Amino acid sequence: MIAEFGLAALWLAAALAGLQLFAGIVTLRGGEGLAGLTRPLAILQGVLTALSFAALMLLFIRTDLSVKLVVANSHSAKPFIFKLAGTWGNHEGSMLLWVAVMAGMGALIALLERRLPERTILATLATQAFVGLGFYAFLLFSSNPFERLPRPAAEGMGLNPLLQDIGLAFHPPTLYLGYVGLSVAFSFAVGALLTGQVGPTFAKVMRPWVLGAWIFLTIGIAAGSYWAYYELGWGGWWFWDPVENASLMPWLAGTALLHSVSVLAARDALRAWTVMLGVVAFSMSMVGTFLVRSGILTSVHAFAVDPERGSFILVLLAIYIGGALTLFALKAGSIAEGERFSATSREGALVFNNVMLSALLGIVLLGTLYPLLTEAFGVKVSVGPPYFNPVGAIFAVPMLVVMAIGPLLRWRRDRVARVRGPIIAGGLLFVALLVGLLVWRPFGVLPLIGLALSVVLMIASLLPLRGRNLLRLPLAVWGMVVAHFGLGLCLFGMAADSALTVEKLAAARVGEVTEVGPWQVRLDAVEPVAGPNWAALEGRLSARYRNGKAIAVAPQARSFWTPPQQTSESALLTRWNGQLYAVLGDETDDGRWQLRLWWKPFVTCIWYGGLLVALGGLLALIGRVATDLRRRAALGKIASRKDELAKVRGA
Amino acid sequence: MNTGIKAKHQRLVLVVIALVALIGAGLLAAWALRSQANYFYVPSEMAENPPEVGQAVRLGGMVEQGSIKTMADGVTIAFVVGDGKARRPVRYAGIVPALFVEGSGVVAEGRLDGSGIFVADNLLAKHDENYVPRELKDMTEAQAQAAVAETR
Repeated sequence: MIAEFGLAALWLAAALAGLQLFAGIVTLRGGEGLAGLTRPLAILQGVLTALSFAALMLLFIRTDLSVKLVVANSHSAKPFIFKLAGTWGNHEGSMLLWVAVMAGMGALIALLERRLPERTILATLATQAFVGLGFYAFLLFSSNPFERLPRPAAEGMGLNPLLQDIGLAFHPPTLYLGYVGLSVAFSFAVGALLTGQVGPTFAKVMRPWVLGAWIFLTIGIAAGSYWAYYELGWGGWWFWDPVENASLMPWLAGTALLHSVSVLAARDALRAWTVMLGVVAFSMSMVGTFLVRSGILTSVHAFAVDPERGSFILVLLAIYIGGALTLFALKAGSIAEGERFSATSREGALVFNNVMLSALLGIVLLGTLYPLLTEAFGVKVSVGPPYFNPVGAIFAVPMLVVMAIGPLLRWRRDRVARVRGPIIAGGLLFVALLVGLLVWRPFGVLPLIGLALSVVLMIASLLPLRGRNLLRLPLAVWGMVVAHFGLGLCLFGMAADSALTVEKLAAARVGEVTEVGPWQVRLDAVEPVAGPNWAALEGRLSARYRNGKAIAVAPQARSFWTPPQQTSESALLTRWNGQLYAVLGDETDDGRWQLRLWWKPFVTCIWYGGLLVALGGLLALIGRVATDLRRRAALGKIASRKDELAKVRGA
Repeated sequence: MNTGIKAKHQRLVLVVIALVALIGAGLLAAWALRSQANYFYVPSEMAENPPEVGQAVRLGGMVEQGSIKTMADGVTIAFVVGDGKARRPVRYAGIVPALFVEGSGVVAEGRLDGSGIFVADNLLAKHDENYVPRELKDMTEAQAQAAVAETR
């Protein structure tokens, strides 16, 4: 019954979405009768999809072997946490999560958002329902997660062992909250276009929603990167794989949006541009979904290849992105010009960064689509780091330099002379670092620039705190400082990893010591161990850092039996200044064991930096919401006093 | 910019700057893609029209039966990749993927050295039934049977 209940809830939610869209259209055309219906509909729709998703989770927890999806992706012997997280570790379940997040966001808007004119909110909710409808149709007609088998199976086929990791519990839900959370930006942008309400109020309303989605997207990308880093056993943390790019593109657009929405809120400039970015950001999420889910790419993310699904998503893409862009083209002219500003101003710097972020987005998009285009002409290519790294750096480096200077500039108009001191000091520090690093040892160009620039960035990111009362500084400013510092730290980790990593590949006998960087690693033994649904050979290593105390490290080569597959579980040893990364390979014919060891100085800074960026976003979000609540409370008080006054006078 | 210029002009200037940057990025990307894209070869294509020595490319084919040999250092392996028409010796230092076996498909990322040996930095083998490198998937349908039959 649970499956039928889940399916019924989903159908009902889809019907409500249709009604919500209808009510929105009627209201926008001047009808009044259905206006009051939209908010309750959106909330009910959110509740129903949540129930539907909960039903699917319950099916997975109970390993209901009469449901096709559970049989294909689960197994009764799988540990509980992976049964639970396995709900979204497949195509249908993850699309249901997508729809649930989308409807949940609509419900939250309906529940919380009271600052905009009601017409704009209704248009926004109608757009949210319109986009949602396409994905309901996709789910119900081509990817039904609740499909029953004619006869229950005896046992499930199990989950891909690469996914049987705690990362599965964090990476997809956070990424989806970010990815799909950007749909709110899209709906607000379309809603504002429809009602012509683009201005500072609109920006202030949109900002916390964009911030929230962007925070989750940042965490999701960082979690995915760390997961790939330790699970794949290749020692890399970013492969410029199309599915990674699919998450990076909405992040780039979302980051640009976040900054332009701030300009719009503070200064009422960049109106059309902000609306455009709102459309582009979620469009990138949908393009990403198409790339990942259509089967056009093969990766661990593309669960099942089905050409019908690909065409379905492509049609949805054409409708939503094409429709939104057409609407933009028709209505952009009616958006009044915003306030003006000089090139050397906070706005000027933010515009520059927006343009650079958009250029980066273009670079990543072209690099991701290029192999698909050439394949249509029969030429197979793959595009990787030799393209993305240097070409991306051409735009990322100027952007980062301006990121260091921009926060020091004043809004509206400023003189470069006023910030000359910090710029010269930063420039000198940068040159000194370059020279110092080159004296120390030879570096590649990009890691060299990255190391020197990251240090300057981290210091420069703290400059907005100079001369301010730290206790009274608005949280939003703290958020900016923390996020910019985090980006510097992240860049430092990336550059340090690519410049300073030491790799050692060895075939070691038991008792033999292998050196890698400052580490001595001794192979003590190789022993069999068993887990709930796997057996493994475990290498017992003891590692000493510069002849210090021996620390145990235990990489495994695991064999899963449902489905039968082997994975290598790398072992990580984290110090404050980096990580030792160990992988156990095969036994050679003469009884030695293959070991692959890396010493990766400061590699953890990449993810700590990423988390700081998210934390910065969170601080800004808390700051904005708190300010808004205070303002509302104050307005409420004024209103109630006026009321009282009126009563007294009336009496 | 702020003084004397009408609002319309500033909007125009911004649009022009944004367009110039985006078109510049697009042109740069197009140029870089032509020179930096990593081409895929099967052994017969590599024999007819070899890439330059040292240029990063991918080589895909079937691992010949009986060709995998481990070198004395215990971590470098040598094997031969064939497509039924041509063969190419490959060398790889590292831990091989679990499903890398003789008679099955592989995609090697790397470059040709001066002596005609393909030096691989990375091997992509079948991870599981869902995850097959794209080139390999097409090949297993079209060329694999013939290739396996000939290399057996």
